[in-house]
Amino acid sequence: MGRGKFVERVLFFLALSSIGSLALITFFIFLEGLPLILHTGLKDFVASSHWAPTKGHFGILAMIVSSILVTLGAMVLGVPLGLAGAITLAEFSPERLKRILKPTLELLAGIPSVVYGFLGVIWLVPLIRIYLGGPGLSLLAGSLILGIMILPTVISISIDALTAVPQLYREGSIALGATRWQTVRRVVLPAASSGIITAIILGMGRAVGETMAVIMVAGNALKLPTSVLAPVRTLTSNIALELGYAAGRHREALFATGIVLFVIIMILNLSATLITRRR
Amino acid sequence: MRLDPRITQTLAKALLWTLTGFTLLILIFIIVDISIKGLPHVTAAFLFQEPHDMGRAGGIFSTIVSTAYITLLAILLASPLGVGTAIYLTEYTREGWATRIIRFGAECLAGVPSIILGLFGFVLFVMKLGLGWSVLSGGLTLAIMVLPIIIRTSEEAIKAVPQDYRTACYSLGMSQWQTITRIVLPAALPGITTGIMLSVGRSLGETAVLLFTAGAAPRTPATLFDSGRTMAVHFYILAREGISMPNAYATAAILMISILLINLAAYTLMQRLMKRYS
Amino acid sequence: MGLVGGLIFLAALGGCQPGKTGAQHSLVVAGSTSVQPFAEKLAEIYMQQHPQMRIDVQGGGSSAGIYAVSNGACDLGASSRELVPAEKHLLEIPIAYDGIAVIVHPSNPLTNLRLEDLRALFTGKITDWRSLGLPPHSIHLITREEGSGTREAFESMVMAQQEITPAALVQDSNGSVREIVAGDPHSLGYISAGLVDHRVKAVAIDGITPSRDNIKTHAYKLVRRFLLVARMTPGGPAKEFVDFVLSAPGQSLLEAEGLVGMVE
Repeated sequence: MGRGKFVERVLFFLALSSIGSLALITFFIFLEGLPLILHTGLKDFVASSHWAPTKGHFGILAMIVSSILVTLGAMVLGVPLGLAGAITLAEFSPERLKRILKPTLELLAGIPSVVYGFLGVIWLVPLIRIYLGGPGLSLLAGSLILGIMILPTVISISIDALTAVPQLYREGSIALGATRWQTVRRVVLPAASSGIITAIILGMGRAVGETMAVIMVAGNALKLPTSVLAPVRTLTSNIALELGYAAGRHREALFATGIVLFVIIMILNLSATLITRRR
Repeated sequence: MRLDPRITQTLAKALLWTLTGFTLLILIFIIVDISIKGLPHVTAAFLFQEPHDMGRAGGIFSTIVSTAYITLLAILLASPLGVGTAIYLTEYTREGWATRIIRFGAECLAGVPSIILGLFGFVLFVMKLGLGWSVLSGGLTLAIMVLPIIIRTSEEAIKAVPQDYRTACYSLGMSQWQTITRIVLPAALPGITTGIMLSVGRSLGETAVLLFTAGAAPRTPATLFDSGRTMAVHFYILAREGISMPNAYATAAILMISILLINLAAYTLMQRLMKRYS
Repeated sequence: MGLVGGLIFLAALGGCQPGKTGAQHSLVVAGSTSVQPFAEKLAEIYMQQHPQMRIDVQGGGSSAGIYAVSNGACDLGASSRELVPAEKHLLEIPIAYDGIAVIVHPSNPLTNLRLEDLRALFTGKITDWRSLGLPPHSIHLITREEGSGTREAFESMVMAQQEITPAALVQDSNGSVREIVAGDPHSLGYISAGLVDHRVKAVAIDGITPSRDNIKTHAYKLVRRFLLVARMTPGGPAKEFVDFVLSAPGQSLLEAEGLVGMVE
């Protein structure tokens, strides 16, 4: 009995590792970044677009807006494409085909983000520059690449949500004379809606947090974008671009950028968790 | 006028399959493009020579070694923590506030972007603990990154082991710990291995975390405290600085194909496990 | 590369501990990412001639390198900017001149820019090629990230206290600026003159091209020095390496890499 209790204690301690890491991460990001926010004032930090950290200006509004815009753009591509993939696989494909297609589509998640960024620079950026105008490195390029990168997240969580809908619902609907598609649209999708919303929110989290691909294709300009062809700098790229040389207040400002990013991500994660739990 | 539901269905299916086909095409395009441009440059010399002239000449041997060290370290650190957490969650507690907090922690940790992990690893391991820009700092930070993957897959695998196994053990007079170590864990091993393989795949492709914690020294690290440039970081530098496109493609091809094979193997293993117990 | 470079400095702190590499002599050079490729080349050749030496060249940026030297974390710092008064207690060893070249796509007919126009470009007053007498098209301007030594040097020589326009694209290395300019016929950026290759075209400033001679004589306006920085007159392995860099073979190596030597 004594040994059992001991084992349980040890395991409990190990089990705290994830929440413990999360706490440590939160603590250190705030420890490094908060002094700058206190120094500048939260309002000047998040409501100004003047970023010239070596000259004492620390406004990240343009980056917050750009992060939101790039993410929304990614949703426009990634959500319909991802949902279509999930519905096709879960509802319209024979079991055998599904068994091949699902792991195949999930391979998209394994491709490193630097490879996505690289292919974006090689293929997408010149196309945008030549056919649509602007420097090519743009809000649009960032959105398209991120839209593809969130596909595996959206697809696999949506498939789980669709598969979790009881078979009885479908049988009932079909027995009433509805077609397979009517059943999907009127019965299965509404029943799976909270799971699908979770999938979309987690996809957003993925898009907001992505760094390397965005830094390569989005152009990183500081200005608030005036069109989808304008170059933008997201919160993540701001950190990655400048941390290398930053010292003092400048470095604190990059950690403070991290705080804002972290808070946005945590809000998204929390809402995903809450929605899943409500179901 | 309303369309015949069957026509609507045909149209909807056509649209759905087209979009799914498009997604598949993107995947195929990525794999084919990188392979065609990269694989012809992959030679034994490329794999086993040190990079020279910033990667313009020579191979990628030191980056393979750095990648292996850092990944191995991350897995060695994260596996006991992750599997331990999974055992605790599945075998030792009922659902309650403790499990809820632990699950919440794992879920949130899975959502933390790599740039935040990079900042964290940089300030704690590199700076405060004075480990410098090193294999050790990189491995520690990656361990945190892959922890949620190992927890989730191990938990699924342990849950998939039928309850009968446990009941049988208890009726033979085995203790709970004996049951877990002798029966449950061996039965769940393929699933746990899956989690570890997925973690390896995730570590191989990671860049942002390692730029901040492991650095980019292109030489083979001699100790845990040396900086090490992984293949993904090497590819990023080669491609972004336009140092050598053939070498960039070759590195990307090796990296991508290894990750895809590892992920496929992991998936197959998990399917087999699930089939055995379902 | 700024990102990559920045933190190598920290590894340098670790790598500097003496005796770590056993019987070998080891030397750590840390600092400017602009100097880094040249320093690596020098180190590679030097180590071939002196197999018992292990030279670690780390990035980190000029300021980080200077800081590392002044607190003893490193043997030599590499700087692509001049020392500020607070750093003047350190010994500076100029090793080469580097021009900052303003580059455009080879198909761009632009061959010359007045310094005022260059400033007007980067303050955002000129945004269209038409203002420079070329066929109308918007200019895709590329600058370096805040904190970069090349950007600092460019600002001090060109910008006259004015800020670079936030509309400019920002890249974190000479290499990635060059990649974009090589691919985009409407772009304009600035990089270390030593890194200009056939895929981009360097334009003259006030009629003077960033040629080797013009950089050497300072006729070309945008010239900076590359320095090695030490805490005191270097001795031992550091001195031998510095001697090698300043020797005829070392200097011609730098010239071969596109820099302009200090010593004849």
